[in-house]
Amino acid sequence: MNEQKERSFFAENWEVGPILRALLRNKVGAILIALQIAFTMTIVVNAIYIIHERSEKMKRPSGIDEANSFYLSSVGFTNDFNTLVTTKKDLNLIRSLEGVVDAIQINAVPMSNSGWSMGLQTQPGAEFDGTGSAVYMVDEHALNTLDVALVAGENFRATDIQTRVASQNHWPDKVIITLAMANRLFPDDGLGALGKTVYINDIEPMIITGIIDKLQAPWVGWDNVENVMLTPEIRDAETSRYFIRTKPGQRDRIMSEVESLLAKSNTGRILRDMRSIDETRVRAYRDNSAMIRILVTVMVILVIVTGLGIVGLASFSVNQRKKQIGTRRALGASQQAIVRYFMLENLLISTVGVVLGAMLTVGLNIVLVDAFSLDPITWYYIPLGMLALWVVGQLAVYGPAKKAANIPPALATRSA
Amino acid sequence: MFNYYLKLAFNSFKRNPILTGLMIAAIALGIGASMTTITVNYLMSGDPIPEKSSQLFHVQVDSWDPNTGFNDEPNTPPNQLTWTEATNLMAAKKDFRQTAMAKSGAIIQPDNPDINPFEASIRLAFSDFFPMFSVPFQYGNGWDQKADEDRQMVVVLSKETNDKVFGGENSVGKNIVIFGKSFRVIGVLDAWQPLPKFYDVNNGAFDDPEALFMPFYLKQELELPNWGNTNCWKSPEGEGFQAFLQSECINFQMWVELETEQDKQTYLTFLNNYVNDQKELGRFPRPLNNRLLNVMQWMHDQEVVADDAQIMMWLSFMFLVVCLLNTIGLQLAKFSAKSAEIGLRRAVGATKQDLFLQYTVETGAVGLAGGAMGLLLALLGLVGIRHLYGDELNDLATLDSTMIATALLLSLFASVCAGLYPTWRACNIAPASQLKSQ
Repeated sequence: MNEQKERSFFAENWEVGPILRALLRNKVGAILIALQIAFTMTIVVNAIYIIHERSEKMKRPSGIDEANSFYLSSVGFTNDFNTLVTTKKDLNLIRSLEGVVDAIQINAVPMSNSGWSMGLQTQPGAEFDGTGSAVYMVDEHALNTLDVALVAGENFRATDIQTRVASQNHWPDKVIITLAMANRLFPDDGLGALGKTVYINDIEPMIITGIIDKLQAPWVGWDNVENVMLTPEIRDAETSRYFIRTKPGQRDRIMSEVESLLAKSNTGRILRDMRSIDETRVRAYRDNSAMIRILVTVMVILVIVTGLGIVGLASFSVNQRKKQIGTRRALGASQQAIVRYFMLENLLISTVGVVLGAMLTVGLNIVLVDAFSLDPITWYYIPLGMLALWVVGQLAVYGPAKKAANIPPALATRSA
Repeated sequence: MFNYYLKLAFNSFKRNPILTGLMIAAIALGIGASMTTITVNYLMSGDPIPEKSSQLFHVQVDSWDPNTGFNDEPNTPPNQLTWTEATNLMAAKKDFRQTAMAKSGAIIQPDNPDINPFEASIRLAFSDFFPMFSVPFQYGNGWDQKADEDRQMVVVLSKETNDKVFGGENSVGKNIVIFGKSFRVIGVLDAWQPLPKFYDVNNGAFDDPEALFMPFYLKQELELPNWGNTNCWKSPEGEGFQAFLQSECINFQMWVELETEQDKQTYLTFLNNYVNDQKELGRFPRPLNNRLLNVMQWMHDQEVVADDAQIMMWLSFMFLVVCLLNTIGLQLAKFSAKSAEIGLRRAVGATKQDLFLQYTVETGAVGLAGGAMGLLLALLGLVGIRHLYGDELNDLATLDSTMIATALLLSLFASVCAGLYPTWRACNIAPASQLKSQ
């Protein structure tokens, strides 16, 4: 008894056979919807994947106290301008300000997209390859100012700090590196890098005296963005850049205070490029965030267009079949049966669409990987995309199907 | 007849306002998205100097590290030159235009006490720079070869710099203090913004040109700082500025103007000979790998069209396809509802051609309306792009006449594509079949 009931559930109530036969008689319409769904899925899934990739990239922390830090440059232009004296005076002044945590002179800033890099190698000699690393030239206040923590070794001491003149090419004998850099130089034992000697400029030795947890290089698009070294140096060049960390909530006040104080203290220089780290981050990732917004907009519009297309076509087919629907209702079909008919019809078309869509999605991804070196798509995006478009199709067709169900059986008796 | 068809089309729109609106909106969105991205790509891949881009060649010689190439795959020579090459190649003067270049920067101290000193970028170049790159002048001229050789303290100002320092008046002959030294203004440029900034794409291919232009050898004379990109495979031998100039560090660019293929071959031979001579002096440890690329080849090599712009363009084309599929489906549905009417018209004597014309007018009207709206959407899209990307794309998000023509063609093509099949189907309805069921 039960068994028979179940069979009838499939054989009669779901009407897959008649739906298919009806669809075959109007192939073109169905194919068009299926294609639309397939292309929509292709674009949406690839777009979501790109969005995900970009937002992961944007989420990477720079390692510094982003919310409370800023920087500015001082460029001397008078003949008697003394960078070293001015820098020391400026730093003392800034460090003494209420609300400032600490300040340093630095040659480059994380995420600012402009900086200095050198290669470090574990064996001396031009024949060995170096590992590229960003260089930040700083003094003993750097760890506190940049908000980075030592995982091994010790900070620079005031006596370690050397003066670097323009076009100088020898280096101090101490260096602090990031853990990422340590792991790259000594893949077996990153922390064991402490106390080891590495070589800069092929042959010049430097001793690793400290390892810090995390700090990004200035170039966010660089694959090895966490390869960073700190060298104990103060630069004697026309341009002196200051990096300042403030107490929470004090940054904006300190920014204007520092600018006016420095401007007053020495008129033989200009101050330029004062920028908060928050703004620096926005600029660094502007292309990525723009891409994300554009892709989101495209996706939303696309899904709406496809959805409305399905609504339009379904409404039409309901209108066309008014008389048949009335007849079916008169012959005893329930309202649910009518709704189910249209929903199922859409499900069949969508299935063809999403299967085709899955293939196109992979195809487009292969093209993107090939031409623009994106990463290949993660597999589960495909079934999720299929599911999403099934849902869109069902939601879109529900309205017209409901309308169809409301067609009165009496319509069958009227002439068209 | 055409007017009558137009009237019929409007009646048909009125009968199905929502469906018609949907079709127009779909075409408009597809065209809008495509045109926005095509415009950005078109401007990024534009020829910045069409009249002579095939005669200007960027000079590359492989002076890099014997152990690792500048680029390993493919093995391309470095993208810039050392000071030694820049000056040697310039000194081996051939009878065509040539300029080595570098980017630098310095503080300008205006005489006018109301204007604060400010930092300005400098392009160091040879006198040929201006005629070679068709640089427009508002006042005065560039310097001459003698100024190059004598390292004269002359300067050409960009229009913006002249506006800022001299209030836009003719400043030729006046003095201006740069880098703490007094320079004589010899020319002022007119507005000049080559897109891309082909002569040096190192710091962004769509950067503004420099604020100041001065003779190349002043780099050495005044020890002007290195701006742009500096790359070294070996650190300088010795300390100081001169040691840097003598080093294997690359920070300089060079362009030559060669009118014929023959000239190009001659110059390449000269380059190869030069490098072979240098090899005898113990330099250039890598195999001979010199290259002359013209402007568009160089732009291609440097990949000035952003990947994102291309990805967006291809995605927006697919978007347009979806919109067209959508329109075809809706159009088909609309016409199929009219099959009775069509059958009747056929029965009373309308030919297939008549019907074809009538429905082409109807679908064409939808396409044009969609195209026009799409153009508006593209303008909106470009405003959005400017807003999202800020100043870096400002000059790359404007519609010119070529793009407007492209938009109209694209919409016409799109509407014909979307209309042809439904129209053809509608015309092929047999006269009798539809009358029977009535």
